[in-house]
Amino acid sequence: MGRAVAIIGTGQTRHGRRQDVCYPDLVKEAVTAALEDAGLALKDIDGVVLGTMPSMMEGVSSTHFYFADAMGAFNKPVMKVETCGSTGQSIGHCGFYWVSSGMADIILVVGSEKMSEGDGQATMTTVFDPFFQRTFAAGAPGVFTMQSMEWMYRFRIPEEKGREAAALISVSNHDNAMNNPYAHIRTRVTVDDVKNARIITYPVRLLDVCPASDGACAVIFASEEKAKKICKKPAWIKGIGFRGEEFFYGESDKSIWMSATEAAKEAYRQAGIRNPLKELDVAEIYNPFTYQEMIFYECFGFCPRGEAPDYVLKGTFKKGGQLPCCPSGGTLCTNPIGATGLIRMAEAALQVTGKAGDRQVEGVKLALSHAMGGVDQFNGVTILGSRL
Amino acid sequence: MSKEEYRIIKGQVFVPYELALGKTWSYFYDCLREEKIMGTRCRKCSRVLVPPRSFCPRCFEAMDEWVEVSQAGIVETWVYVNMPFFAQELKIPFISAQIRLDGSDAGFTHQIAGIDLSDFDRVRKTVKLGGRVKAVWSKEKKGSILDIAYFEPVK
Amino acid sequence: MAKEYRTIRNDVALPYQWALGSTWTRFFDGLKEEKILATKCLKCGKISIPARSFCPECFADRMEWVEAGQEGKIMTWTLVNAKYYGQVKDPPYVIALIQLDGTDCGFSHYIGGIDLSDLKKVRQKLKTGTKVKAVWNPEKKAAIQDIEFFTPVK
Repeated sequence: MGRAVAIIGTGQTRHGRRQDVCYPDLVKEAVTAALEDAGLALKDIDGVVLGTMPSMMEGVSSTHFYFADAMGAFNKPVMKVETCGSTGQSIGHCGFYWVSSGMADIILVVGSEKMSEGDGQATMTTVFDPFFQRTFAAGAPGVFTMQSMEWMYRFRIPEEKGREAAALISVSNHDNAMNNPYAHIRTRVTVDDVKNARIITYPVRLLDVCPASDGACAVIFASEEKAKKICKKPAWIKGIGFRGEEFFYGESDKSIWMSATEAAKEAYRQAGIRNPLKELDVAEIYNPFTYQEMIFYECFGFCPRGEAPDYVLKGTFKKGGQLPCCPSGGTLCTNPIGATGLIRMAEAALQVTGKAGDRQVEGVKLALSHAMGGVDQFNGVTILGSRL
Repeated sequence: MSKEEYRIIKGQVFVPYELALGKTWSYFYDCLREEKIMGTRCRKCSRVLVPPRSFCPRCFEAMDEWVEVSQAGIVETWVYVNMPFFAQELKIPFISAQIRLDGSDAGFTHQIAGIDLSDFDRVRKTVKLGGRVKAVWSKEKKGSILDIAYFEPVK
Repeated sequence: MAKEYRTIRNDVALPYQWALGSTWTRFFDGLKEEKILATKCLKCGKISIPARSFCPECFADRMEWVEAGQEGKIMTWTLVNAKYYGQVKDPPYVIALIQLDGTDCGFSHYIGGIDLSDLKKVRQKLKTGTKVKAVWNPEKKAAIQDIEFFTPVK
């Protein structure tokens, strides 16, 4: 690794249906908040990284141009990275590489989305090629449901057990979001609510899936020298990992998901983590779907393959459990796609610096953040720590 | 401030495309016209993939050996789609599935049909992970993936 | 080489609902009343048009509404004679960057009310610095075409 890098400030918008603002103003809301949190002005920023969904999402084709003003990019170098759902991690990694390389000291990273302005599922459909796969697209629910079914079949997880565990995950995330003033969906649900909700793509129901949100997040990365000088409590980047798979969906086995597994392994290797379940204090996982969240637990080594439902039923991953997952309410309660992966990183940073307010988990020293992109194709992981 | 104060502008972006299939995929569609399903084999790892690739995504070697695969295979996974969304090509309800055709080494995206799709509970009894399906061809060939109309479950 | 390999047509049509936010809603409401509104930054003094919620120059948030003049000077222009997909107007037509009186930047719009058949005459009439004034569309939709075009003043 290059030189050490820390997150010294974060900012988020109130996520939700933000038709009260035009998109550039939404981005500025997050940028202003991050600068305030870090105690910096625009002149202190050496460069900017932006990430959003592909242009079809909001119909303005080059968001890095559109938001140049809102992210203070005037007269600065700018980079744009798009990896759909994993964008938030990709842009964070890009900011990290930039500072770690020594080519900049302070980098502003911004992720945003305004899903109320376009048609999310239709846009995501365009990720598929038009020759072979697009005809059969059923949006994100179609893909994630197929994956979850394949996983339950492979590991012989009875339908009722999978359903019960997924419902508990929904309850846990919704409860956690009640403590998060930025979250989009802030309503408590019961296991029965989840089991009886409207079917989306069987067995996935309405309360098993994320909302479509408007929101932006900004995070400021700084070199070790700058961080120690200007920040009381930096959140240190301990390890990162990013892996991609083949394009055609059927080519790899998504129930054991190589990219998710290897991305986490690489991040653990860099951070010196051998037993993630024991050593991590919090995990902000990209979790738009409850069933799929369990596949991530297994890929990240929190439990053996096929046993995630058992660990969920034991309460391992809820508040107060051995490894609380998504104390922010996660992607399940807030999903402005271009920002989501970065929000996971920001929430992890808030946890290790004790700044997470009502959603703070006690004594967090090491936190994992993650995001997934494409048709189950890319996975990015970032581990943050309170100590260098 | 009231919500009415801030206006929403409705618009549509319509963009036309003309996409090149290239040599490998053109040949695949030519073969579909003759009711043959073709895959290509990697020179290095020997995997056969459908749809055919011109190069192997894992080895980065040429996949130029053409192999005709079976028209039947097993269901690796499937999903019953009953929700409408903009620009959806198939009419709901439909079943999107990953099918591993005999003779190939990876799943292939298509739909399962030829059965009564209206009752999901009945569908679940017929369509199973690991179950076998076989191709049913469209009478009219248009050079699209729906020249295979669907895959239907077999006993 | 002949086109041996097939191509397929694939058209993508996607619907949008874009939120204007309070600043741009007010700007367009101003057009309905035949007013061209700009905003002045209370920190650096730059007057931006279209109206902005924050200053693009200094990033400050406090802006004051001012009314820009209905006249201005052409900064640059071009005659569009090519057809391309999704064009709003049929060519030929003129687009220009205009600095309206009382503002500190250029503003895009059409130049109209002149004979476009002879390019030489157009080039004599339209130069950098030519004074132009707004001609309003009798039908108002709170959109940029509520100004129909800008036309040279005598």
